[in-house]
Amino acid sequence: MKAILALADGAVYVGRSFGAEGEAAGEVVFNTSMTGYQEILTDPSYEGQLVAMTYPEIGNVGVNPEDSESRRPFVRGFIVKEYNPLPSNWRSTRALHEYMKEHGIVGIEGVDTRSLVRHLREVGAQQGVIATRAEDPEELIAKARRAPGLVGVDLVERVSCREAYDWDEGFWELGRGYKRRPAQTETKRRTRGGDFYKPRYFVVAYDYGIKFNILRGLAESGCRVKVVPAATPAQDVLALDPDGIFLSNGPGDPDAVPYARENVRRLIGKKPIFGICLGHQILGLALGGRTYKLKFGHHGGNHPVMDLKTRRVEITTQNHGFAVDPESLKGAAEITHLNLNDNTVEGLAHRAYPIFSVQYHPEASPGPHDSSYLFRRFIEMIEEHGH
Amino acid sequence: MPKRTDIKSILLIGSGPIVIGQACEFDYSGTQALKSLKEEGYRVILVNSNPATIMTDPDFADRTYIEPITADIVEKVIARERPDALLPTLGGQTALNIALDLADQGVLERYGVEMIGAKADAIKKAEDRDLFKEAMQRAGLDLPRSGYARSLREALAVQKKLKFPVIIRPSRTLGGSGGNIAYGPEDFKEVVQAGLNISPVHEVLVEESVLGWKEFELEVMRDRHDNVVIVCPIENFDPMGVHTGDSITVAPAQTLTDKEYQIMRDAAVRVMREIGVDTGGSNIQFAINPADGRLVVIEMNPRVSRSSALASKATGFPIAKIAAKLAVGYTLDEIRNDITRETPACFEPTIDYVVVKIPRFTFEKFPKAKDVLTPQMKSVGEAMAIGRTFKEALHKAMRSLEIGSFGFESKIEDAGAGAIAKVREKLRVPNAERLWYLGDAFRLGMPVEEVYELSRIDRWFLRQIEHLIRAEEELKERAGESLETESLLRLKQMGFSDHRLARLLDRTEADLRALRIQRGVRAVFRAVDTCGAEFAAYTPYLYSTYEGEDESNASTRKKILILGGGPNRIGQGIEFDYCCVHAAFALREAGYETIMVNCNPETVSTDYDTSDKLYFEPLTLEDVLNITDRERPDGVIVQFGGQTPLKLALALERAGVKIVGTSPKSIDLAEDREKFKELLDRLGLKQPPSGIARSYGQALEIAARLGYPVLVRPSYVLGGRAMEIVYDSGALEHYITHAVAAAPEHPVLIDKFLDDAIEIDVDAVADGERVVIGGIMEHIERAGVHSGDSACALPPKSLSAAIQDEIRAATVALAQALEVRGLVNVQFAVQERAVYVLEVNPRASRTVPFVSKAIGVPLAKLAAQVMVGKKLSDLGLAAEIVPRHVSVKEAVFPFNKFPGVDTLLGPEMKSTGEVMGLDASFGMAYAKAQLAGGMRLPLAGKVFISVRDEDKERTAPIARRLRNLGFDVVATRGTAAYLQARGVRAETVNKVQEGSPHVADAIQAGEIAMVINTPTDSYSQADSYYIRRAALDYQVPYFTTIAGADAAVEGIELLKSSDFTVRALQEYHKTHAKL
Repeated sequence: MKAILALADGAVYVGRSFGAEGEAAGEVVFNTSMTGYQEILTDPSYEGQLVAMTYPEIGNVGVNPEDSESRRPFVRGFIVKEYNPLPSNWRSTRALHEYMKEHGIVGIEGVDTRSLVRHLREVGAQQGVIATRAEDPEELIAKARRAPGLVGVDLVERVSCREAYDWDEGFWELGRGYKRRPAQTETKRRTRGGDFYKPRYFVVAYDYGIKFNILRGLAESGCRVKVVPAATPAQDVLALDPDGIFLSNGPGDPDAVPYARENVRRLIGKKPIFGICLGHQILGLALGGRTYKLKFGHHGGNHPVMDLKTRRVEITTQNHGFAVDPESLKGAAEITHLNLNDNTVEGLAHRAYPIFSVQYHPEASPGPHDSSYLFRRFIEMIEEHGH
Repeated sequence: MPKRTDIKSILLIGSGPIVIGQACEFDYSGTQALKSLKEEGYRVILVNSNPATIMTDPDFADRTYIEPITADIVEKVIARERPDALLPTLGGQTALNIALDLADQGVLERYGVEMIGAKADAIKKAEDRDLFKEAMQRAGLDLPRSGYARSLREALAVQKKLKFPVIIRPSRTLGGSGGNIAYGPEDFKEVVQAGLNISPVHEVLVEESVLGWKEFELEVMRDRHDNVVIVCPIENFDPMGVHTGDSITVAPAQTLTDKEYQIMRDAAVRVMREIGVDTGGSNIQFAINPADGRLVVIEMNPRVSRSSALASKATGFPIAKIAAKLAVGYTLDEIRNDITRETPACFEPTIDYVVVKIPRFTFEKFPKAKDVLTPQMKSVGEAMAIGRTFKEALHKAMRSLEIGSFGFESKIEDAGAGAIAKVREKLRVPNAERLWYLGDAFRLGMPVEEVYELSRIDRWFLRQIEHLIRAEEELKERAGESLETESLLRLKQMGFSDHRLARLLDRTEADLRALRIQRGVRAVFRAVDTCGAEFAAYTPYLYSTYEGEDESNASTRKKILILGGGPNRIGQGIEFDYCCVHAAFALREAGYETIMVNCNPETVSTDYDTSDKLYFEPLTLEDVLNITDRERPDGVIVQFGGQTPLKLALALERAGVKIVGTSPKSIDLAEDREKFKELLDRLGLKQPPSGIARSYGQALEIAARLGYPVLVRPSYVLGGRAMEIVYDSGALEHYITHAVAAAPEHPVLIDKFLDDAIEIDVDAVADGERVVIGGIMEHIERAGVHSGDSACALPPKSLSAAIQDEIRAATVALAQALEVRGLVNVQFAVQERAVYVLEVNPRASRTVPFVSKAIGVPLAKLAAQVMVGKKLSDLGLAAEIVPRHVSVKEAVFPFNKFPGVDTLLGPEMKSTGEVMGLDASFGMAYAKAQLAGGMRLPLAGKVFISVRDEDKERTAPIARRLRNLGFDVVATRGTAAYLQARGVRAETVNKVQEGSPHVADAIQAGEIAMVINTPTDSYSQADSYYIRRAALDYQVPYFTTIAGADAAVEGIELLKSSDFTVRALQEYHKTHAKL
């Protein structure tokens, strides 16, 4: 069946529907990862967005029960060049389109995604609408124009958990699946030797739209993890007496979640803090900085980031549309990591307190594992400063 | 980190002649490295014996040694040049092996030469199976279970712990030579023995079979700051069991989830660190069990490779160039991405298209070789195609092969029960045509699951092909109806060629093209940009597809389009790419925009900075017209890429495309025997008496008139395909059936065979006013051996001045008569002082690079300028240059890759590559050429001689000279008696048929230092076959012609009194004399 993608600036792309029937509006962004569409679809940071994959063959490996990064897909609509309905992979349990249909995610295939990307690169991220029931493109363009966009909209509230919960899962291993440890495993504070099965620190993670692999990364590093809703007041978190606090990734504009910024501000100096992506931006704001919207953001798995201390380069996973303005920090934090493609800020560290954050995704999933050392760094920081 | 300043000069070792497993990709990598090192201000010294390479052009290195790549010769170069460093990772296995030898022999230490890129320890760890296994275990990585063996007994001990089938891999060989599969105890012994023999260190690995597992390769770069990036994951379409060089490969990987891909990526990074490749590119191969995802490391190459060339072309990330920069100390973040300009090279390319590579085979050249693909590489070339989808890329790659395929043509004649059995067999046993049989399988209604069980090709690929076959069937059903624009577009997006669509619809290709264009279904061009369009691209590296936007940005500059040669094959290889690259360089200098079209990923021509614009496209009429329609070039060069573009010349001209240089009419005239005969008559030139037969009866009649032996061939061939010397009418009948089947649309040409004639090749360049001879080359082997397979000498070895002048005059007359603008090659035969014209090719020839190196004049460059209107006098070539030194070209053969194939030379070309020997005298130059080709002439020992009666008279003096040099002569009974009678002492040894101990035993036992063996006649060669094969298998120098043996003895005579000396090309070129 025919489907149409219309952008607010009047650009129209015609293709065929391959997911759920219906209509979806959101900001159109492109992702350059060649693998990991299931992880991308289920990354809550994509709330409010329509994602176009630059890699043309999608659906090849189907969907499996292990590769989701959250409880459901958050991408509103999926835009691909060539959809393959018959997957081939030994872990696949169903086809992607069935999964999308079940979750009401619209998909359009047969789109000239390269032209779309070149267009977005020129004009910047746009609001768009995918409609599977062939409609008048003009009407869809008008709808796209009316769509609210990301700036100033609190998307975190939509994706964050409602109740706090404990996390007991570790990394996935070939042939074994995810590691699990008994729920309620006690934390024993050890100076060394802690691991997944013998956690030694307790970390509270703010869920702004957290990806499971971050929680797995924390658990693997020897942490007992409690996930709390985004709006949890700072004093409630402190009342849990964590060894460290984690600020998660999440969707949209950091300026639209002032409550998060205020809570983080109250935590600064109290506990070691580690932030990723939106968590990093919120930390930047809490430190008095400013964030700004990037033209078309960073969404992919091949961005080079330099650790300015070691001068080593990591190939990183990125998924963000906003960035911290380094000037605005006025020395409140040190820039620790830099994106080598466009020199945007990729990491911050507080000058006085055990606090650091990165704009990119050390949890990968999808993407390279080059930066997984950051979870260890967090633990080392807790170790040095926590006690 | 900035570049190193403690190093001033760097020695680079090339990969030598083109052989199966080592082709143009190392010219591409070496050329990139040289450019990049010179750019950094280093003094660069090159050793490479292959004259057909761009890298051996004298302007690419400061000192270019076209010398044999052996440890002793390279040591001489080191002693002379005293380089600070040796970069061994860009010249394939050859360079690595020599570098290791030099390190082991203490040469590097003695001269204070540092190995950069990869240290000897790292190379050993990667190359030695045992050390590699230990290293992988240390890194916690899984491997197929295995054990190494240095004898059959050791091999049996290892085998006991594994199940059949097992893989036998000889250590330290090229392209998996000798690698094979043993299915049971019977073939196990044979396979192990062959492996031990071929391994230079007499060692094989006996390994758990991972046959049928999925195979992947990662191209990895590492810098000295330990930054590691993966350039590209490549998935093999053919599962494990077929050498990756013989597999269809696809980039990026198609059937891995991110979790699985990251396991592989992590493993690759660990391999790099554990092996300790300091800097540069490596290739790591993995196998994955399709049932449970178990991943094992197969091997790693601590150097650039065929796959890295492919990955470079597939992504736009120039691995070799960056590897060279990393070797001198830069880190990845300090190197810019040329394509995006703003972003660094420290990243992982992401691509928004699919790349498919298909190997090209030449089993037709070796009728005794089985078309079965194994872990031993057999393909001689490859074509790569880029499309927005796998289907499109696959289709484009199929027609890029130039094997007469434009899609999934059926390989079976009828659809009966026999057909199904045949298809099943063809799917089960990997072979060169399996891809097409997959199409047949789906046409016959076989389900994907059954095809998978037979072939173990991933179901994802199979479904793509099934989909294409369904689309064909739907189209066929609607053959009568008019085709909707929407359907036509969809079919074109699936990569269907106009040719194939036309055939399915029972129309002509021209019709279909007209319809398509009328409907507005036109190709657009997209950029290869390393980044999925995230950043703007500045290098116009393009491929076609059928979508909306066009990124080709055709300029209004004066521009010339150069058509390349397509995939390498026997008869058309690197020499033609060399010419195309020269045309691009020359015309860019002359102010033209240069546009290259080619589909061979190994080459320098498909490097994005060779021309101003690169179209990576199939060289079919449809695809080329799409480009000319868009670019509207001022001229197209078809004369440099071999037969491939020539075949398109007339059709392009008819379509209104301007062909520059010699007109297609003249090219056609030279190919048309009857018109050509008229021309020769008019010019008063002789030709061997000949006739054209359109039936068997005619053929018999003509042959009888000319007198046997005759030379028969189909018209329009390159590389002597299907050319044979026929001695009687029985053989003629056999041939006619064969040849007519090979080329039904063309008649058969019959020439009187000039027995024992000397053949001559002349290359010249003409500008309409002047014809300048580039070089006159005298073949060493006598008439009957294809010119591409014959050794030759420049200047001529034995021709008198008068004969040479006659040849010069004839060349000039022919070039003028054909109105040549550019290059022309003429082949002559001289028999008893009479000069015959064999053929004229008004185009680039295989010998152009050799001649250019010999005389120090870039003939192809000059010719390209002439083609756009320049005059030779303005270009500085007014007269022939006759060098004072002697240049010898020798051919290199792939016989060792084809068990059971005879090594005899004939009118059908069989060589894959060539080497050049340069020295002051013919004998020395010839000895060098032999050494460069892998044959070290012996200085003592026993020479075995067995020759046919006709050759006996000329053999006696050779044997006598050998005796005088201190050799012992052994011979079969007849030859021995003949020699004894002429006072040459010769021992007698049994023929193979006479029983052991026979000559083959003696060869095997290492008792024979050299073999001279000429065949009796074309039918009783069985015995001498075993001799030649034994000589080949046990690497004993052998000569199958008297002329070759004579030249070898001349070389030995000189080597007895003086050792080899080395000299740079730049030095030779300083001392030219002009006529």
